[in-house]
Amino acid sequence: MEFKNPQEELERFRSRLAFAGGFVLFCFGLLFARFVWLQVVQHDYYQTRAEDNRIALVPIVPNRGLIVDRKGEVLARNYSGYTLEITPSRAGNLEKTIDDLAEFIEIEAKDRRRFRKLMEESKSFETLPIRTRLSDEEVARFIARRYRFPGVEIKARLFRQYPGGAFASHILGYIGRITDGDIEKIERVEQEANYRGTDHFGKTGLEQHYEFELHGISGHEQVEVDAGGRAVRTLSHSAPVAGNQLTLTIDAELQRIAEQAFGDRRGSLVAIEPSTGGILALVSVPNYDPNLFVDGIDTQSWRELNESPQKPMVNRALNGAYPPGSTFKPFMALAALELGKRRPEQAIADPGFFNFGGHHFRDDKKGGHGMVDMYKSIVHSCDTYYYVLANDMGIDNISSFMGRLGLGQRTGIDIEGESKGVLPSQQWKKERFRKPEQQKWYAGETISIGIGQGYNSYTPIQLAQATATIANRGVMFRPHLVKYVTDTRSGEKRLIEPEPLRDLQLKPEHLDVIRNAMVGVNVEGTGARAFAKAEYQVAGKTGTAQVFSYKGAEHKTETMAAHLRDHALYIAFAPADQPTIALAVLVENGGFGAQAAAPIARQVLDYYLLGKKPVAPAPADEAAVEGDPE
Amino acid sequence: MNSGIGLATLRNAWQKLVAPLDWPLMLIAGMLLALALGLMASASPERINAQLINMAVALVVMRVLAQVPPQRLMHLAVPIYLIGILLLIAVALFGDISKGARRWLNLGFMRAQPSELMKIAMPLLLAWFFQKREAVLRLSDYAIAAAMLLVPVGLIARQPDLGTAILVFAAGFYVIFFAGLSWKIILGLVGSAVAAAPLAWTLLHDYQRHRILTLLDPEKDPLGKGFHIIQSTIAIGSGGILGKGWRAGTQAQLEFIPERHTDFIFAVHSEEFGLLGNILLLTLYALLIARGLMIAANAATLFSRLLAGAVTMIFFTYAFVNMGMVSGILPVVGVPLPLISYGGTALVTLFIGVGILMSIHGNRMLVQK
Repeated sequence: MEFKNPQEELERFRSRLAFAGGFVLFCFGLLFARFVWLQVVQHDYYQTRAEDNRIALVPIVPNRGLIVDRKGEVLARNYSGYTLEITPSRAGNLEKTIDDLAEFIEIEAKDRRRFRKLMEESKSFETLPIRTRLSDEEVARFIARRYRFPGVEIKARLFRQYPGGAFASHILGYIGRITDGDIEKIERVEQEANYRGTDHFGKTGLEQHYEFELHGISGHEQVEVDAGGRAVRTLSHSAPVAGNQLTLTIDAELQRIAEQAFGDRRGSLVAIEPSTGGILALVSVPNYDPNLFVDGIDTQSWRELNESPQKPMVNRALNGAYPPGSTFKPFMALAALELGKRRPEQAIADPGFFNFGGHHFRDDKKGGHGMVDMYKSIVHSCDTYYYVLANDMGIDNISSFMGRLGLGQRTGIDIEGESKGVLPSQQWKKERFRKPEQQKWYAGETISIGIGQGYNSYTPIQLAQATATIANRGVMFRPHLVKYVTDTRSGEKRLIEPEPLRDLQLKPEHLDVIRNAMVGVNVEGTGARAFAKAEYQVAGKTGTAQVFSYKGAEHKTETMAAHLRDHALYIAFAPADQPTIALAVLVENGGFGAQAAAPIARQVLDYYLLGKKPVAPAPADEAAVEGDPE
Repeated sequence: MNSGIGLATLRNAWQKLVAPLDWPLMLIAGMLLALALGLMASASPERINAQLINMAVALVVMRVLAQVPPQRLMHLAVPIYLIGILLLIAVALFGDISKGARRWLNLGFMRAQPSELMKIAMPLLLAWFFQKREAVLRLSDYAIAAAMLLVPVGLIARQPDLGTAILVFAAGFYVIFFAGLSWKIILGLVGSAVAAAPLAWTLLHDYQRHRILTLLDPEKDPLGKGFHIIQSTIAIGSGGILGKGWRAGTQAQLEFIPERHTDFIFAVHSEEFGLLGNILLLTLYALLIARGLMIAANAATLFSRLLAGAVTMIFFTYAFVNMGMVSGILPVVGVPLPLISYGGTALVTLFIGVGILMSIHGNRMLVQK
């Protein structure tokens, strides 16, 4: 035990107090230094970060441009509606959330399937619609229960709507939710900023081709947000500029009549204004309803559309490649004239067949047509004439002429994904086949090319374009669907100038021969029944394309399975002397061109030239065989 | 005349009421409370009334304590401490769990947080202990004191409540330090603590480790653990020298600052009043501590001295740890900003401290008398 001096103890205590005081000052000094660092030295940095926290730039999606026909009929428009949207990453148990929502908002199995499909295609932080087009009452019911549903919100959105439903669907195409592939396209044109709030993108048809015209310019709103990301108030606002309006060359009424003329048959019709290349009607039936795609299509409907044997999703006008059959003959005849291989009056004796290299090429008319000159060969569709002609011309002559007419080439129409078809030539065969013995072109193969069979395979739009080129005296225009684009801001109309692709420099007298013969087709030939009592002059040609090769055997169309029946074709332009319309019609498995295709053309031309509306779909004319079904 | 008598009686009663109070402490505490109300009006206006009630209760407790002589407190030291230990054990065995920690004891009629009691009980007991051993103090007595300190600290740290454990430990340590524990031992302890840090690391709870890691690099986890620190630092930094103005702090008003009425209220203060506001706050705390140390220096007995010194330093610990964690130089432990943060428990505890200081100040001449 040591002796303690109270005074000394007190002094020691006070020195400890002093030390403690010093320690306090030191620590407060540290804090002060920290405050100076944050609030003076680093102030600008933290100021910016606080602003970034606080201010969010919310894009305002512009109204998508309208699509109207040449007379102003609206084919694609927008309406605003409420959607119920879920952000999967914030919603917790998704199934339960949807079940709970379904208690007071109608959610169908279809909606769930569509939502699941969207989820597979998107990232979990994206907000996805579970229900679209909510009624005001449903919106109110959700608002009242909103607190129970984190990650679920009501959004007001603009929806694309195609008021005609399936009408003209292969022209318009549709929009769907943006995918990674679409984002690449957006990046390629450096439009990322403009698409920040957009979640739809043109997928097919005009919606796809004119996406960047239709989209418009996004506006934005500067809003102050809280930590939960909710907007507290608006700081500034810049209005979006709606997308540009497309006015089509399409005549909606003509398109409607053409679509209806097919009835429930499959096929395609393309009608072109020869002097401009403007497309008046572009039919591919059956159609599909593009409205199904706007909110995201559900898996089942998608499968139904894709697996249907009717193939409604295929745009037959651009992607269906068919042998042209006898519609090829006027082009062959023209080639012969231009190449000096035939004079119009030069005639052959047709025994009803043509033998070549031990092969028997048969004419459809037993016993043959007798003496056949060029006029008769077209009017009565004499095969033997063209077997001989093809053999005389050789494949490469045929191929180069048809190539100049645009057959087997992409036309450059303003819809993406057009098919090329097949324009056979020696070169083509070399590239097409791998084995050397298959690569060789046999002279015998040229014979059936002459009547539009064999490897020949063209799209309806190519046939229409070639027909329009003849109608336009050899000057070919690029086919196009949009007449002009109306700029939303300036109101200025940007005309899509008719683009002459080439002038084939065809001799007028040659063109006259072909035209006269094609007129003859509808007066005294295979098209005469379809165009009986027509009040205008039509230059046309029927065609029947074999789906199946019969190797010379008799074939009875009536008794054959429907999908093996021949395709019916018809090409025409009218009025013959001053053509304002050229068209190609194809009816899949329709049988003879004169039976199935020509009556459709009649209805279309009657309306276009005379304003006459048909009362019913063009009936198939079973009697229209006339001995020479090509 | 009646009114004269009435007035005189009233004045008399008032004088009796305020007699035990220390006016410098009263003034500083009053300014801090006023600031607290101002900040509450900005951060969480709906809580003003509740906090006013908390303040009233705390001031009554302070007034009561101010009149209890230190000798009486000394008698209470052991029973309070023992009750505290028993309650802590009870919490460990039957306590309610909230936010992953077992801190509350449900007494049926109320829920108590016994660890809070230890913040006062601890210095009280140790000051009593050193007073008892004043004449015969040995080195072994420090060891006993350390044991008495570490038992409750251990129990609290196990709950786990790192913030309170630190505060209780600090409170006890200040008493031992002021009692004269030699510098050699202090430095030795600090040295071995540093050496033992890796071992301690393994004993920490996951969330405690996260807090320390987050402190070292909050940007690593900006939306998770780092969010609090990042947002509070942004609030402080963006406040600048003059601040954004009362109720104009975007970080605070748009709810970017978490727990902005409790542990992180300093970020609101800093954002809205800037560096100048911070200087004011530091000054008020410094004055409060200075006054407390002055009272300790002039206290009559060893018990009073040690108690006053320790209680004063508790204020410092609260203030430093809170401002340090909110400004990102200390890990986030649940320590409120003294006299400012919302909440009754901490406020009452702190005003018990103020009351004790006042009592010690009032009784400074006792021995001489």
